[in-house]
Amino acid sequence: MPALSPTMIEGNLNKWFIKEGDQIDPGDLLAEIETDKATMELEAAYKGIVKELLFKDGHQSIAVNTPIAIIDETSNSKNSDVHKKHEKRVKDLNNNIKKNEDSKVHDKIEEKTILNIEKKTKIKSEASNMITMRQAIRDAMAEEMRKNDKVFIIGEEVGEYQGAYKVTKDLLEEFGSKRVIDTPISEHGFTGLAIGSAFKGLRPIVEFMTFNFSMQAIDQIINSAAKSLYMSGGQINCPIVFRGPNGAASQVAAQHSQDFTSWFSHCPGIKVVTPSNSYNAKGLLKSAIDDDNPVIFLENEILYSQKSKVPIDTNFEIPLGKANIVQSGKDATIVTYSIMVSKSLEAAKLVEEKHDIEIEVIDLQTIRPLDKELIIESIKKTNRLVTVEESWPFASIGSEIVSLVQDEAFDYLDAPIKKINSADVPMPYSSVLEKKYLPQVDDIILAIEEICYI
Amino acid sequence: MIPKLSKKEYIKIYTNLIKIRRFEERAAQLYGLGHIGGFCHLYIGQEAVVVGVLMTINKNDSVVTTYRDHGHMIARGLDPKRIMAELTGRSTGYSKGKGGSMHMFSKENNFYGGHGIVGAQVPIGTGVAFAHKYFNDGNICRTYIGDGAMNSGQVFESFNLASLWELPVLYIIENNKYGMGTSVNRASAGSDLFKRGEPFGIPGNIVDGMNVFKVREAAYKAGKHVRDKKGPYILEVQTYRYRGHSMSDPAKYRTKEELEKYKTKDPIQIAYEQIIKKKMASKKELEKINKLVIKEIKEAADYALESPFPEDSDLYTDVYV
Repeated sequence: MPALSPTMIEGNLNKWFIKEGDQIDPGDLLAEIETDKATMELEAAYKGIVKELLFKDGHQSIAVNTPIAIIDETSNSKNSDVHKKHEKRVKDLNNNIKKNEDSKVHDKIEEKTILNIEKKTKIKSEASNMITMRQAIRDAMAEEMRKNDKVFIIGEEVGEYQGAYKVTKDLLEEFGSKRVIDTPISEHGFTGLAIGSAFKGLRPIVEFMTFNFSMQAIDQIINSAAKSLYMSGGQINCPIVFRGPNGAASQVAAQHSQDFTSWFSHCPGIKVVTPSNSYNAKGLLKSAIDDDNPVIFLENEILYSQKSKVPIDTNFEIPLGKANIVQSGKDATIVTYSIMVSKSLEAAKLVEEKHDIEIEVIDLQTIRPLDKELIIESIKKTNRLVTVEESWPFASIGSEIVSLVQDEAFDYLDAPIKKINSADVPMPYSSVLEKKYLPQVDDIILAIEEICYI
Repeated sequence: MIPKLSKKEYIKIYTNLIKIRRFEERAAQLYGLGHIGGFCHLYIGQEAVVVGVLMTINKNDSVVTTYRDHGHMIARGLDPKRIMAELTGRSTGYSKGKGGSMHMFSKENNFYGGHGIVGAQVPIGTGVAFAHKYFNDGNICRTYIGDGAMNSGQVFESFNLASLWELPVLYIIENNKYGMGTSVNRASAGSDLFKRGEPFGIPGNIVDGMNVFKVREAAYKAGKHVRDKKGPYILEVQTYRYRGHSMSDPAKYRTKEELEKYKTKDPIQIAYEQIIKKKMASKKELEKINKLVIKEIKEAADYALESPFPEDSDLYTDVYV
């Protein structure tokens, strides 16, 4: 009984089209079989003579792989041995899967990736400039484009317009229209095109005018970019960066204000990076462009104009997969990323002054691969945790960290973990409601007081 | 203008046609025996399309195609053993058993999939062509599209970009008359599919896909247009699949008469008769090829079934570089 659908386990033999003693040729109809999905006609694959029909017309519920007829085709005598061997292998494999569900192999791979990237960081000069995040991102792209002529930037208004948020300012002038490419409003098309070019060896930076528009292209990002290395057994990698503003700006309402960190972080095969200032934006973006995997680089529009010190040295890179302790403390930990880092620092300062306690603030910088060790080490020290992010609460990055901590540091916790997110609704337009929607400094202070029982 | 086929090339055409047919028949059998799982889309009936195009390419050209890809890989000169090994989920398959029938690749042979999402291969093929232009290497990318994908938005986004940037991409529409169970007439409004590039300034042509020699001629002209840096081109090839959309499709949406009508124009039979008529090979020589191909495909199946399955630890490799 042949398996004629992915889910078929048994079939009905409606009728035979052949009888014993018939000579059959490839393509001849043998029988009509009813599967779990449809009624199908079974064709002969080889030449032969029908020796015996083992079931009569109308026989019901014959298990898949049960012999239903014997056909004499002398050229295939070796096959039965092969099939026996195969069956044994399937049995062995199933047993192995049951025995060994160890996922540590995966962790080892991530560790290795991190170590490899770490080795690349080497700054020769300590000199730095005070620049905006917009400038830092621009400089990172320009430096990488100077280093490697396979790097190019593609997106809406990146060239002549100088970038919808001026992030690609003067790049067209320096690199020309071959490498700074204005596209039509056509995310699905140009994202897929950039992915195809990466398969062939180029290193595109795709700018989404905002990440809201990446949803037009999410099939290409997940199904093509993230999975091709795996589906090709390691042959086709996709060295590409998708970048642009993510999260709430100011009163642009539901369709233009949302944090996609959790969406992308869910998917294996891509890395997800969330800078919080000019310094790490530059260092992380340079690593991202240099990475041989697809990287989602989520910028925050409000941070574009904020300034911080950034090294001048063009070798400056921050490895992906490493979190950063922004301030250390012993009484509670805040784990956060992107724009919520500055809000968390502000809350920490206020709560420290008020209660004479010390708060540790961790900026994740990269969400996938997540720097699990650093988080766990911090919990072992402070025994208390608040997660802060702009993402919606359901299945958020905070949810993942809660799961991680209860799994690996449950006995170290002195209080339940508090998770701070945006409200679980689409972003409203009114400024009053928008403020209410987003996590505020006061929300973080309240959460810390709650877990410290003060 | 179009180079004449040598005797050797006639033999190559016949061998490839028959090899794809025998491979697919064997794949169907192994599916029935449970050695191949999931979705499995056979190319039987459409062989002349890819074999006709094959005769017009150079080895540095790239190919991007759909999930109905077994025949495309064989035509590309890939090893039937490793294709069958992939179909049966073995570690010796082209994707180490992680891709399966729909997701196969061979970077060294410029074969960029094997894509499972209808229409998604079109921007990707356009992007591979973009890279050819960027590198200025003179090669082209052939991007195959099923008739079912011709109503998907990203196809038209790709046409626009390809024409706008004069990319060296040859779009080949394999019109086998049905997108799964929905006939072209019930799915596509307006004119012929090959004319759908016209609004973007992309020329097109249509050809009988059951005749490998006609396909070759049309593909040669189309490929020359692209290779001469005149921008993209759309070639619609009228073909027919004898089997259902996939192994689990009984194809009840069409009549037996329709199927039988197409079987009278069988691409292998047409090629066979032409070769004999032109005295490019004798019946005896072709019979010898038949036997060799049957042997090769049997060896491919044996190789696949004797190959090991992936190790448990392979589950976690190839996620990141």
